[in-house]
Parts: sequence; structure tokens; C-alpha cells
Amino acid sequence: MSARSTVRALPTLVRVGFAEAIAYRAEMLVWVLSTTMPLIMLALWSAVAADAPVGRFDQRDFLAYFLATFIVRQLTGAWVAWQMSFEVRTGTLAMRLLRPLHPMVSYAVENLAALPLRLVVALPVAMLALLLLGTARLPRSPALWGVWAVAVLGGWLITFLANALIGCLALWTGSSIKVMDVWLVAFMVFSGYLVPVELFPGVLRTLVAWLPFRYQIGFPVEVMTSAYDLPAALGMLARQWAFVLAFLGLAAIVWRRGLRRFAAYGG
Amino acid sequence: MISVRGLRKHYTVYKRPPGLLAAFGSLFRRIPTAVKAVDGISFDIGRGERVGFLGPNGAGKTTTLKVLSGLLYPSSGEVRVDGHVPQRREEAFLKKIMLVMGQKQQLLWDLPPSETFALNRAIYEVPEPEYRRRLAELTELLELQDLVNKPTRTLSLGERMKCELAAALIHGPKVLFLDEPTIGLDVSMQAAIRGFIRRYNEQTGATLLLTSHYMDDVAALCPRVIVIDKGTLSYDGRLDALVRRIRPEKRVVLRLDRPAEARALEGMGKVVSSDAAQVVLQIAQDKVSGTVARGLATLSVRDLTVEDPPLEEVMSELFSQGRTRTETAA
Repeated sequence: MSARSTVRALPTLVRVGFAEAIAYRAEMLVWVLSTTMPLIMLALWSAVAADAPVGRFDQRDFLAYFLATFIVRQLTGAWVAWQMSFEVRTGTLAMRLLRPLHPMVSYAVENLAALPLRLVVALPVAMLALLLLGTARLPRSPALWGVWAVAVLGGWLITFLANALIGCLALWTGSSIKVMDVWLVAFMVFSGYLVPVELFPGVLRTLVAWLPFRYQIGFPVEVMTSAYDLPAALGMLARQWAFVLAFLGLAAIVWRRGLRRFAAYGG
Repeated sequence: MISVRGLRKHYTVYKRPPGLLAAFGSLFRRIPTAVKAVDGISFDIGRGERVGFLGPNGAGKTTTLKVLSGLLYPSSGEVRVDGHVPQRREEAFLKKIMLVMGQKQQLLWDLPPSETFALNRAIYEVPEPEYRRRLAELTELLELQDLVNKPTRTLSLGERMKCELAAALIHGPKVLFLDEPTIGLDVSMQAAIRGFIRRYNEQTGATLLLTSHYMDDVAALCPRVIVIDKGTLSYDGRLDALVRRIRPEKRVVLRLDRPAEARALEGMGKVVSSDAAQVVLQIAQDKVSGTVARGLATLSVRDLTVEDPPLEEVMSELFSQGRTRTETAA
């Protein structure tokens, strides 16, 4: 399907994707609430910083950081690795392949279509953050907000493409859920999801800068909490989008090669 | 429309004997087995033809359909569908074809079929007026009025299959691959689906390749059949010619007013079944008129029909011949 045709079909794709996302409203809500780990980390780190700041973080900084983490996590979620692994194993990927729409586009739309429901959870948290902290820790310049928006998109793309890449591995191994589990552990540790990257020891911080995880969530959160001035934010953004392009290229190669091995089991 | 030359699709599968020890052993050593799902078949299908693709379980029918619809890459050989190489999955190709699998569905499970129809309209870029006209036709022909707005998961198997067909035909495919489209359906639903498929072919001139284990589907829809067994082609031609070749005899069914004595049936041909009300004889074609005349003269016949042997029996014999040939060769 050409880009123009895809754009024309997009409203219907998103509408149907959203209808699917809310088909099981209660389950979806429970799943969204299961991403509340930043709020637990907030409680932990606030206790640690009760007597004295940790690095530059006092209790209010931790509050700002982890509420921002919660919001960015809602905006950058993707779960295509589980979908692909299941569909490869059961052969139902065949039904996507029969349609003149690239399966990656349909996966992307399905993942993005759940965004409104996630916003329902994220917006009250944002309001709460404003109420508790005011606007002091938010970026002052509109340009930094622009960087933040592009960084959230980049974070989602890295998350989605890493999922897709791992999902494609199922074309060789039959199932790639465990690989995704390993990725998730690394994500939790290195992304800034549980601990701000700034608090990592020096060598580890250097290592994290060269891994993709920080650009999934930590970097947009850092922009949102005014950790960078504009030149520094743009430098980080360039690194993030280098990862986006690398994952895009890698996912495209693995998809093309893996498809030759697709067995379309069943039926 | 469809051209297949020397198509091969070979897989490697890994065997594992049952038991805990074997499960543990398979972590370290796997036993690879080469499977020749399709092993060098060639055929051509013309535009608008309806062809039955037959063979026992595991013969390679579905694998061939999956290659033709671009889902599988062939190991070797050349395949063209309306000029396209299926595995390239070009947009123009995907808009021309559809594969309907009785055991897989494209309907969105949690949403009503109407949402899948709308999704397909957008993806296949069917203009709105054409979509509405086609959907109205499909709704009427398949009697979908009460089904399209219920969640798919609440529909019965037959209802789902009718909606699957509608979803598959929204974009008016020129080539329709049907893999067991009536599996699990009751007799009246099978007949309805068959009638619909035939009408679609006649009205649109679409090419149709059908696999089914229900021989009524094949008899009702396919003047031509292609038979494959263990991945190789064993027959390609008219269905009636295949029946004549495998079972040259006719079935004469005599419905009786009075039971026939065994002596009266001697020399009339092979007695397939006999009871108080009916006798079924299997007779060489050139002896049918003589046998019928004798039966009418000597038995108390109320009604009489001359039939081809059931297609199931013909196929069963054809497949068992194939097995015998393989065993002899081995």
C-alpha cells in the first residue's frame, strides 16, 4: 500500500483499532494500571531522600521525575513482540500478510490506537503533578517542548521497533517471548524507569548513553523535567534518532529475511 | 491466470519422541526430518475456471494454496498468478486475490463483522458507493442482516464462515483460493455456501481453486480437478473422466415393492447392498441397459435410478491406489 493510500485508510484503521482496544475495557484499564511501577519507585526514592537530597534530587525532584516517567511510559507503550510471537506460532500472521497493508503498519496503528485510553490515565497524573509542583520544573522554552514531543515519538518508535525486531525472531525460533522478557529486564534497569540515569555511577552512565534504553523513556523524561538546555537536548535527540534509524533498518532486514521462513502453520 | 512449473516446497521439521527424557534430550540434540510438502508439481488454470484441488491429508494442497497466495516462499519452481510472482506480495497482486481458510479467520474476534468489512474497504481502497452496493449484495445473498452487528465471537461457526466469505469478497478478488470453506458446517449451510461461491464465479468471472474433503463441494463446483498425493500430481483433468477411469461401473439402484430373492439377483452384477426395500448393484457401463431390462422383467420394481458411484468412494480408491504404488515402489 502506498504512503498516500495508507494515510487515506488511517482514520478507519485507527477507529477500528480503538474499538478493539476498548473491547475489553476492564482488562485494558487493569493493564494500564499495571504500569504504575514509577509511582512505587517514587515512594521508595522519596523515603531515601527524606533527610537529604540524592545527587541533585530532593523529594520534590523525585516526585516530578517519576510522575513524568509515568506519563511518558503511557505515551510510549508498545506490545507488538507478544502479538507477533503469538501470530507466528499459530500461523495467524498469514491473515495480515494477505492484506495489501504492510503488517508493521497495522501493528503500529493497533498499538497507537490504544493511546486515548492511556491518556485517560496519564492526564489526571499530569494534572496532579501540576497541582503539587507547579510549573517550576517544566521547560520554559517552546523549543524544548518541541524537542520533548519529538523525543516522545522517538521513544515510542524505539520501543515499537525493538518489539518488532524481537517479534521477528519468532520466525526463526518459533517464539520470542523470553527474548522480550530479557529486553524488558534490561529496559527496567538501564532506561531510567526505576532509577534516574543521573544517579548511576560514572562508568555505568557512560555505558547507558550508548544503549537504546535511555532513549525509550529516560531522555523524554529528562527533557520534561528541565534536565537539559536546548543545545544539550538537541544533541541527545540526534543520538535518539540514530537509534530509531538503526532499529528501523535492522527490523526491515530481519523482517524480510524472516518472512522467507514463515511456515503459516495451521489450516 | 495461474501457472505453476516444477513447484517444490520442502521443510525441515524436528521430531521428538514422547516422554520426559526425550524432552530433556531435545534441549541438546534435535532430530531433523526433511518433509517434501510439495515435490515438483506443474499445472495451469485459465481465467474464470473452477478447479478442485484434491488429495488425502498431508498431500500438499494447503501448502500449494499458501504458495499461490504469497504466504510461503517456494523451495524451487516458478509460480505466476495473473502475471505476478506471489512471494513478492506486490500491492496489485494482493488486491486481486483472496485466500479463505475454513480454519483461520480474518474477522476481528471482539468486534462485529461490520468493522472488519469497513477495515477491508479502507485497506483495499474500495470506493464508498461500490462498497455499499457490494455489501448490500453480499448481505442479501448470504443472509447476513442479523449477523453483521453482533460481536464475531458470539456467532456460530456457520454464521462466521458466511461473514468470512463476505469479508473476503468486499474488494471483488479476481482469484479466490478456498481452503476447506465448508468445514464443520451443517448440510444446508454447506449447500448455501456452495451456491454462493458458484454465483460469485458466474457473475464476476473470478478464477477459483478449491480444496475440500466434502466431495459434494467438489461435485457441485468443479468441472476440473487436480489431484495431488505426497506432494506429487497424480491427476489433472475433468472430474467425470476421473470417475470413469477409477470406477468405470455404474450404480443401479432398484427400489422394490417386494423383497428380491438372492437367486433372482445372480448374474446381474456386483451386489453392493440389498434389503427388503432396495437393491444396489454395481454394473459395467456396457451392461447397464441389459441389467435394467432384466431387473424390470424379473423383479417387482417400483422405482429405478442409474448413478455414478459416490465421489467419496472414487477418491478413496484413487488415494489407496496411490498408497499401494508407493508401498510397491518402496
